Amino acid sequence: MDKFLKLSAIAAPLPMANIDTDMIIPQQHLKTIKRTGLGQFAFSNIRYHDDGSERADFVLNKPAYRKAEILVTGANFGCGSSREHAPWALMDFGIKCIIAPSFADIFYGNCFKNGILPIILPQETIDLLLDDAGRGANAIITVDLENQEISGPDGGKVSFEVDPYRRHCLLNGLDDIGLTLQKKDVIQNYEAKKRLSQPWLFKD
Amino acid sequence: MTVPEQKPKTLYDKLWQSHIVEIQDAGEDDGNCLIYIDRQIIHEVTSPQAFEGLRDAGRKLANPQAMLAVPDHNVPTGADRATAVNAEDSQIQLDVLAKNCQEFGVEYIPMLDDRQGIVHIVGPEQGFTQPGMTIVCGDSHTSTHGAFGALAFGIGTSEVEHVMATQTLILKPQKNMRIDVDGILGAGVTAKDIALAVIGHIGTAGGTSYVIEFTGTAIRGLSMEGRMTLCNMSIEAGARSGLVAPDQKTFDYVMGRAKSPKGAAFEQAVAYWKSLPSDAGAIYDKEVFLRAEDIAPQVTWGTSPENVLPISGIVPNPDDVENSERKIAMQRALDYMGLTAGTKLQDITIERVFIGSCTNGRIEDIRAAAAIARGRTVHSDVAAWVVPGSGLVKLQAEEEGLDQILIDAGFEWRSPGCSMCLAMNADKLGPRERCASTSNRNFEGRQGPKGRTHLMSPAMAAAAAITGRLTDVREL
Repeated sequence: MDKFLKLSAIAAPLPMANIDTDMIIPQQHLKTIKRTGLGQFAFSNIRYHDDGSERADFVLNKPAYRKAEILVTGANFGCGSSREHAPWALMDFGIKCIIAPSFADIFYGNCFKNGILPIILPQETIDLLLDDAGRGANAIITVDLENQEISGPDGGKVSFEVDPYRRHCLLNGLDDIGLTLQKKDVIQNYEAKKRLSQPWLFKD
Repeated sequence: MTVPEQKPKTLYDKLWQSHIVEIQDAGEDDGNCLIYIDRQIIHEVTSPQAFEGLRDAGRKLANPQAMLAVPDHNVPTGADRATAVNAEDSQIQLDVLAKNCQEFGVEYIPMLDDRQGIVHIVGPEQGFTQPGMTIVCGDSHTSTHGAFGALAFGIGTSEVEHVMATQTLILKPQKNMRIDVDGILGAGVTAKDIALAVIGHIGTAGGTSYVIEFTGTAIRGLSMEGRMTLCNMSIEAGARSGLVAPDQKTFDYVMGRAKSPKGAAFEQAVAYWKSLPSDAGAIYDKEVFLRAEDIAPQVTWGTSPENVLPISGIVPNPDDVENSERKIAMQRALDYMGLTAGTKLQDITIERVFIGSCTNGRIEDIRAAAAIARGRTVHSDVAAWVVPGSGLVKLQAEEEGLDQILIDAGFEWRSPGCSMCLAMNADKLGPRERCASTSNRNFEGRQGPKGRTHLMSPAMAAAAAITGRLTDVREL
């Protein structure tokens, strides 16, 4: 996983609540056995016409936002299906940070596993960032994970909270399976006790 | 000497605490914990990348015996699937699952086995799902298994791989929410209607960061099938897990199944399971109270499960909404659904009916549909499907003669799978086709691009099939 330290990038405004993972990556694109290559299908049902041509009114099709790496959006982003294809598709498109008033739990966790930073901020702050993002290619927003701070194009700053462990993994690009495997002894201890207290859970 | 007072615990507190392998952020109330996972179910869509990750890193499964694999999302559901030709990319996912299970030593139930079906129906049916466990699957409707008093939740593929490699997950504790439904459900009102009414009440984000425990006499009165329907839709209220405390109904359901403990081991397990229900005086962070008598059969009108009303309702008007963001969302939903504000829900005509899914594909659901279908005929403008949730549900229904009742009425009786709930294969709505569906999501495009979904119970969907419009099953 790539490290996430500091990101200065174009922010695209998508001011809509309850964007579900079916909308982020529709089911017809889940038939892959790879993590890569899904960016072209991100938001496909609202990004393309039936004939495959782009819808000019969708934000990520507009010239100013084609290279956006930050998404500023509405509440409960990523609700519905647990499909990790949603963050895979966003990442493959180039989105590395999503800022919203709230996220659905499973999607929120899936982001961190893929080097995407989801940031929760109050609606008033989101409204200001949406204004900033509305300025197109001039809307460069800087997200500094080390200092937990966002700087807008006019120099205004706002701080954000993030879980210390998840921050640590993002800053260092750590694979947490490797970290957990270092605790093999602790896990085996737990399992040994469980074999005694709840033997019916184990076959042998 | 004073004995230290034991703080009363909720069912969720007990499940959480009994699975802590290690507290990673000591001293913090809501810090990360390493949590032991007792069981993982896998299917063909969200597991290939996890196996690939293991292979690339040269890792093995921590405990293959804690896993069960079943293909469900992509399987063809026509009557004769031994000879059915699947789309190439669907078939690749099915083949890769079989191959991965063989390579890593995971028990795999193939498509043509009678035990095959939707993961959340197969787990309980096989006794793989038991009270007191932690159960995960790369599928958000894993909340279904909470009906047994197990902590069960959907995870992403990276977490699937984490469980495969370590038998654990790094998680933060959730908050406790109790939704209490007291009283007696009216005729024609089911667990699905409770679920939809709850979502209408608290909204699709109402349960975010909570585990919902369902309590009250109406919940106790539900069968295990009904409790599964209810917990299944917890995720549609934003809660990763739903719970119902285990009781005699739970033990009776689990007893004697293929993977359930037997004999003395079963007795020992039951003694433990009886210690799981929430203690008297346990504190919940949030409580919601509903009366069963106030719940009418529900149908959705929009593109979020919270867009729900009693069948007697009318399509709402965006002009009546103050909040501009909600007004825009409501207008977008009406445009997508092709509906006009003020239309009576019962005047909305439909072309398709889908009875099935992990929400409503169990024997009780098929019985409810057959009871409505008996001696009646599907409307000439409607194509109505019944897709049993598993091969065993299908066999049971056929033994009871339900398939014949449904076929005689004009329903199509199909083979088990996820089918038109998520429309991954040929089972889908055409653009602008309108469907009365017993599934769980009415999102834009969920049942096929531009398809229009109205969520409801199996009895309500069967009634709609007969009349060709959304119908109050109580008036049929």
